[in-house]
Amino acid sequence: MKVFKAQARLMGILILLTAGPTAGKTLQIVTTTTDLKAITEAVGGDDVAVNSISSGRQDPHFIEAKPSYMLQLRRADLFIRIGLELERGWERLVLEGSRNRRIQLGSRGHLDASAGIDRLEVPTGAVDRSMGDVHPQGNPHYWLDPYNARIIAGTIARRLGELDPEHEAEYARRAVTFTRQVDEAMFGSALLEGEDAERLWQRQHDGNLGSHIEGQSGTSADPGTGETQGWQAQMAPFRGAKVVTYHRSWTYFLDRFGLVAAGELEAKPGISPSPGHLKTLIETMRARQVPIIIVASFKGDKAPNLVASKTGATVVKVPYSVGGNDQASDYIAMMDQLVTQISTALSRSVL
Amino acid sequence: MELEEAFLTTQTLPYGLQVKAGTYFTEFGRLNPQHPHSWSFVDQPVINTRLLGGDGLRGPGARVSWLPLLPWYTELILGVQNANGETAVSFLNTDFALNWGGLTVDREVATLADLLRSVRWLNSLSLGSETTVNLGLSGLWGPNRTGPGGKTAIYGGDLYLKWQPLANDQGWPFVAFQGEVMHRNYLVVDNEFYAIADLPYSPVGTHTDFGGYAQLQWGFKRGWVAGVRYEQASGPDDDVREYFPVLQDRTRLGGNLTYYPSEFSKLRVQLNLDGANFLEQGQAWSLWFQYEFLLGQHAGHKF
Repeated sequence: MKVFKAQARLMGILILLTAGPTAGKTLQIVTTTTDLKAITEAVGGDDVAVNSISSGRQDPHFIEAKPSYMLQLRRADLFIRIGLELERGWERLVLEGSRNRRIQLGSRGHLDASAGIDRLEVPTGAVDRSMGDVHPQGNPHYWLDPYNARIIAGTIARRLGELDPEHEAEYARRAVTFTRQVDEAMFGSALLEGEDAERLWQRQHDGNLGSHIEGQSGTSADPGTGETQGWQAQMAPFRGAKVVTYHRSWTYFLDRFGLVAAGELEAKPGISPSPGHLKTLIETMRARQVPIIIVASFKGDKAPNLVASKTGATVVKVPYSVGGNDQASDYIAMMDQLVTQISTALSRSVL
Repeated sequence: MELEEAFLTTQTLPYGLQVKAGTYFTEFGRLNPQHPHSWSFVDQPVINTRLLGGDGLRGPGARVSWLPLLPWYTELILGVQNANGETAVSFLNTDFALNWGGLTVDREVATLADLLRSVRWLNSLSLGSETTVNLGLSGLWGPNRTGPGGKTAIYGGDLYLKWQPLANDQGWPFVAFQGEVMHRNYLVVDNEFYAIADLPYSPVGTHTDFGGYAQLQWGFKRGWVAGVRYEQASGPDDDVREYFPVLQDRTRLGGNLTYYPSEFSKLRVQLNLDGANFLEQGQAWSLWFQYEFLLGQHAGHKF
């Protein structure tokens, strides 16, 4: 009984000692992924301090709710997630464990970055476990379409402005700068001159950019080389190419660049590749002449290498998030890696 | 069918405080708060069964937990729960008190001392980004049913260490070490029953027993986990042990292999070698098979 009273008294004293306000001038932000961290840093600049829970070299579906994450969240002014249930397995535990009321679901300090995203693969019927790990609100890997990075930047800038009105204009300005950087990386600066970037993205997505460029009689080309630039130019020759992926994580990337998914190594999302399924997949890949297998850098090599050896396809191990390999240091560098590795592998593929 | 836990947790208290109220597993040590489906072995250690009950110590109550802003994760939990019921073996559980020749008097709840009070101090440290260590100390104090004034105290320490590479395949591979020790003081008070019961020994006084376990788990391939566990439980003083085999010294060595076809099901085979004086030849082998599947929505597990 005495012990109990002493503990209670000690606890009371300690609470008083450590109860000061948590944040200084910079907003303390915790994101679930490194992509969100990179975009938040681009938008927040020196006015924010950002930590990511997952590292970029790990699968964000399968994070353990470690106490250290709860401690990070305990101090946070803002929590930003990918949403669409990507973090379903662990998010509730770390939020609840943080005891931070500012960042709980429904609070202004809880931001779902999927707001405003055009979601793909939203199931039309009921979802159950027999279908594997299907996300009922749609495929959550939307950050792998660079167009969506622009939307995410805008969403984050607006929320930062709400939480820190003093720097609202700077957040908005940095979001515009980031958007412009993505546009330039995608299209090259020459093509963007005097053009509405939104219309270029739309034309590129619809596969009409090539005819548009020709119609502009070369104004879109780099004046130095006479060639179009950017990710779209790197990927344009491969529109319609068939690819196989490990997990269904690449839907948005494929959709952006007009690649066609010919199958996945996983028979169902989140279920390990089975020998029976791989056998069928190998036959499909041979019949449809699929040249590459796209695999996130944290996935195992065994199943991809087996399928590659039986089909002659090339395994392309790519970063799936910022920090997924040494070169993928920020969002644009990560997308550069993706586009370069995939376009190079496709250009080399001879089947 | 049995409801194990039903509780509410606050999310809006300031200063890193959190209150949980309802019926819940007492946050004592590492294993007790876990639901049986997340155990790494078919059975729980003997010392857990002896001190905290075969189903785990739980009951209605409330606890407050505090996560201060310090450079490492440290959490302090203070709780009170009803000390009554079949799940509170070391406290107001009738059967256990009968073992001691107790009166098994009914006890009213008049003061805090009539409730089960618990304290837990949990610390967690990250050793790099792939290894985490949890260190906990726990204490329990409450009345027992041997008579008015009968009381029990249990103290425990626990260690959990887990390594998992960042680039893992849905949680595999991993290596996890878990160990706990716990110690009980059980005060049997004198009462008029003992004078007429003609017991072969006097149970009156404080009886102490203790024990622990250490286990290692190796998730060597996605879906597969191999485990080994050694445990020991030492009974109280010789007189009592002689008359109550259930409190004799025990050792147990166990090994198992678990396969998870999916997140929602598991298959397990386990081999135990039990050692105790009351067994023929002092030891016994047992082989266990377990199949388990989960229905419905299920939240993730605490680290």
